Amino acid sequence: MFGKLTWDAIPFNEPIPLISALAVVLLVGAVLGWITVKGHWPYLWREWITSVDHKRIGVMYCLLGFLMLLRGFADAIMMRSHLALAHGAGQGYLPPDHYDQIFSAHGTIMIFFTAMPFVVGLMNFVVPLQLGIRDVAFPTFNSVSLWLTASGVLLINASLVIGNFARTGWLAYPPLSELKFSPDVGVDYYLWALQIAGIGTLLAGINLVTTILKMRAPGMGYTRMPVFCWTALAANLLIVAAFPVLTATFAMLLLDRYLGFHFFTNEAGGNAMMYVNLIWIWGHPEVYILALPAFGVFSEVVSTFSGKPLFGYRSMILATMAICILSFMVWLHHFFTMGAGADVNAFFGFATMIIAVPTGVKVYNWLFTMYGGRVRFETPMLWAIGFMVTFVIGGMTGVLMAVPPADFVLHNSLFLVAHFHNVVIGGTLFGIFAGYTFWFPKAFGFRLHEGWGKAAFWCWLVGFYLAFMPLYVVGLMGMTRRMQHYDNPAWVAWLQLAMVGAGVILCGILCQVVQLVVSIRRREALRDVTGDPWDGRSLEWSTPSPPPLFNYAVMPNVEGEEAYWGIKQRALRDGLAPEPRYAAIEMPRNSPTGFVTAFFSTVTGFALIWHIWWMVIAGLLGAFATFVWFAWRDEDEFEIPADEVARIDRERRRVRQDVLLPSLGRPA
Amino acid sequence: MTVESHTGRGDGGDAAPGEERGRVLPSLGVYLIGLVFALGLTATAFWVAQTHLLWAPGIPIGLCVLAIAQMGVHLVFFLHITTGPDNTNNVLALAFGVLIVFLVVAGSLWIMANLNHNMMPMDQLTNLHLQH
Repeated sequence: MFGKLTWDAIPFNEPIPLISALAVVLLVGAVLGWITVKGHWPYLWREWITSVDHKRIGVMYCLLGFLMLLRGFADAIMMRSHLALAHGAGQGYLPPDHYDQIFSAHGTIMIFFTAMPFVVGLMNFVVPLQLGIRDVAFPTFNSVSLWLTASGVLLINASLVIGNFARTGWLAYPPLSELKFSPDVGVDYYLWALQIAGIGTLLAGINLVTTILKMRAPGMGYTRMPVFCWTALAANLLIVAAFPVLTATFAMLLLDRYLGFHFFTNEAGGNAMMYVNLIWIWGHPEVYILALPAFGVFSEVVSTFSGKPLFGYRSMILATMAICILSFMVWLHHFFTMGAGADVNAFFGFATMIIAVPTGVKVYNWLFTMYGGRVRFETPMLWAIGFMVTFVIGGMTGVLMAVPPADFVLHNSLFLVAHFHNVVIGGTLFGIFAGYTFWFPKAFGFRLHEGWGKAAFWCWLVGFYLAFMPLYVVGLMGMTRRMQHYDNPAWVAWLQLAMVGAGVILCGILCQVVQLVVSIRRREALRDVTGDPWDGRSLEWSTPSPPPLFNYAVMPNVEGEEAYWGIKQRALRDGLAPEPRYAAIEMPRNSPTGFVTAFFSTVTGFALIWHIWWMVIAGLLGAFATFVWFAWRDEDEFEIPADEVARIDRERRRVRQDVLLPSLGRPA
Repeated sequence: MTVESHTGRGDGGDAAPGEERGRVLPSLGVYLIGLVFALGLTATAFWVAQTHLLWAPGIPIGLCVLAIAQMGVHLVFFLHITTGPDNTNNVLALAFGVLIVFLVVAGSLWIMANLNHNMMPMDQLTNLHLQH
């Protein structure tokens, strides 16, 4: 009846997973209970869960990313504290079986369920606003993407309570991940969670590519789009090209595990090295899917807070697209040591080093944007400067490892671990935090508290260096990654220092939580009345904060780069443009399709993991029925009457006239 | 959900670049021509594989030609790739896709051949269990 699922799946005899699982279940239960008692369900269902508004979906993506950041960080600090203890006679507190699950879960969660939702969420929220349009190309699709990602999150976290997680590292290399060597459900949790979330990501990628290529405001030519839109275009092209490879690779491993195929086994003509090859064909573009939008955020932030147009706008576009193509030509550098000859290794080594050129172009562009500008050191700008310093260090160690002989020394060492944390934290995560602080007032109508934001920045920056510079050192001393216990006394002090660093990062995360709470409590004092709190340059700052459902009452007419800056300067000179003629606006109706589809995918995924075949059939039937029901709907749009549009937009124009323009017109 | 469904109605100035105007899809006839071509090519492929009328070593090349022609028919008649100026996006997307597929396939073949050359081919490795 329940396949492989029995009471043994609950870890009753392992105190750490059991207690943490209980704590999570109680916490989630408490939150759900609180919502029920307060009667917020109808509001949540109507306004958020079924929402097809790109702004709300973007916010929910970011919330998901932030929650998973907490989960992934809990894994990280457990690993660091364990390694500070587990040397010589000390055994630490995590048995090898559990430690292996923790490092696998940490990597998987941080890449797929922290960085990806954050990045996709920012793109979702910002891109349509910056392009001057009212929604993405396929709004209901967008909701499906979000909820499929959430479905993956749910499955991967269910492994905490029911069964166990993979012990195979974050990419589940065979033959270890084959049925013979990983017979329990851990790898299946990994595979199905990522298959479902991966489809969500692919749909999101298709959606945003279509939006950017087909739906820009009048006059918004390609060479007038903000750089963030360009980086979003590049990242989503990479998603569309790379994620099918991931899905196909996982599908082959699933066939091996479920139906006795031999794609990656040791027997019957299988070849595990093909898996390594295929997974990195996805894996390297994935790095840039995460990094490019962060570069876009920094481009917006640096130019806004320097009060200057971005230096080298066109070279920035070229660099972005060059990275987009080059990122597909370097994947072998993840496995120089697998046995390829000098010719292959040399080719991919050079290709890797070439990527440093467009990346360097970007760094110089940001520096020249700041040069001669009147730089305002507010929180987003601090993240941007912290990024530039940190990312350059990470990039240099990357170029170092692009030299195949050097990689033979450093492969699989903590030097590598330090390198990719250096670029992912220093690049993507700092970019996410910069974007979060930058666009938070646009999303919610009030700013984040500046003091707590600065405290969080400094804790993260100092904590990062304390936590990862020692890993470079022990990596050079020969410490390999994924070690549960070690005997070398020379490493102890460095790993304890890294533990202190993780503690400082914890302070940074706590500061961010406090910042959010304090900002919500003092929202009246932090209110952004004008909709343009940072003296912005792109179109999203011309809307009120938060923007109305339809974003723009009349589609803006773009007449140059930095669309909003031009409009603002004209308004300062000649006053506001005359009032437009308002017309009714049609907007897509909210739809529970995404949520219902994700519900059935979760059921299907869970049933597949535990081999509960009747439930698999039920889940698939449910998902198909949802699709048919959605395809047969009659009414998918509603109309916002012209009077309502006019009322909302007149209020916006009044604020512009009475508050924003006088404040900008003052001599500084 | 179509692309233009919520870009607003009204005064015509409210349109975005790239937004489709008027009829998006060509008539049924185009699809039927495509279907005839596709079926013809498929039937030819089956015939080529079974016939004795052709020089045997040339058959694989013939099948490759037919396969590529089949792709062309699908692109032109079903996916509506044309050389018109309104089709730049589609052509660029196709070029990007072809480039990526080329990189992935050629790169994988090169890498795996190189690995097999440098190391014992996988089918000659004994089972991991027996190696201890």
